[in-house]
Amino acid sequence: MRLDELDRQILNIVQYSFPVAAEPYKALAEQVGSTEEEIMSRLKKLKEDGAIRRIGGIFDSRKLGYKSSLCAMKVPVEKLQEAEEIINAYPGVTHNYLREHEYNMWFTLISPSEEAMEATLEEMREKSGCEIRNLPAVRFFKIKVDFKLTDNK
Amino acid sequence: MITELDKKLIRFLQDDLPITSRPFTAIAQELDITEEEVLARIEKYLEEGSMRRFGVALRHREVGFTANGMGCWDVPEERAEEVGKIMATFPDVSHCYQRPRFEGWPYSHFTMLHGQTREDCEAVAKRISEATGITNYRLLFSTAELKKTSMRYFMEEK
Repeated sequence: MRLDELDRQILNIVQYSFPVAAEPYKALAEQVGSTEEEIMSRLKKLKEDGAIRRIGGIFDSRKLGYKSSLCAMKVPVEKLQEAEEIINAYPGVTHNYLREHEYNMWFTLISPSEEAMEATLEEMREKSGCEIRNLPAVRFFKIKVDFKLTDNK
Repeated sequence: MITELDKKLIRFLQDDLPITSRPFTAIAQELDITEEEVLARIEKYLEEGSMRRFGVALRHREVGFTANGMGCWDVPEERAEEVGKIMATFPDVSHCYQRPRFEGWPYSHFTMLHGQTREDCEAVAKRISEATGITNYRLLFSTAELKKTSMRYFMEEK
């Protein structure tokens, strides 16, 4: 999709420095020298067009007492659709990608406890008949998901 | 310490904030607290780190980052900490973790790389390899995004 300079400027700010203020869109307008109406209409448009998925809090699952993991699944090609439906149906599965490897389905799973996670994985294995490897992080080095938007995007 | 009020507030904050002049007033009314209290609690969560950030979640594919490569690296255990820290310094690396190896899988370190093209991701991986001296690695590109959502916490107790 096409983004103009003001779109990029707004998106670069709202990813990390969304104003936590009673009138956040007005505060944004002041930062970029625009009007509240203009900011709100652009954000609505960016959401409609699919560039913005959501505006809200992004939480640290560990600090809220949840367990998270990356899971690698080996799915025969003819069962891909079925496996996708089984795995995606779980609310704790937040990301799921097909990748070019023998382990071809990689998903993240967030659960309220270790036990709940193991139970969910066992259920997934039973329903799908596929091998699933659970790879919880042993060391954390970085989580940063902002995307600096520049001219050539 | 996460109180019942925090849990209720978090349930609202993980929803989509309305694009209206005073988007926090509805939440405050629902929780029977003031708008200032809502804002103060958001600031507190950010400070504590229980909220990593407050703002917009982009669909990065829609804004030009179409290539997504999962870098998988075979790092000797005695260098795990040092190498992980070097990997984390690369701006194109969004996530970096060490995870367990398993039979047939020699890779311990995972780096998520986002770029406009596969070649971008490959070039970054090469630079990481040069900076760390880790030469046994591979990049698993995604061929399809099957799901991408934000986690909804504290829903099971509702």
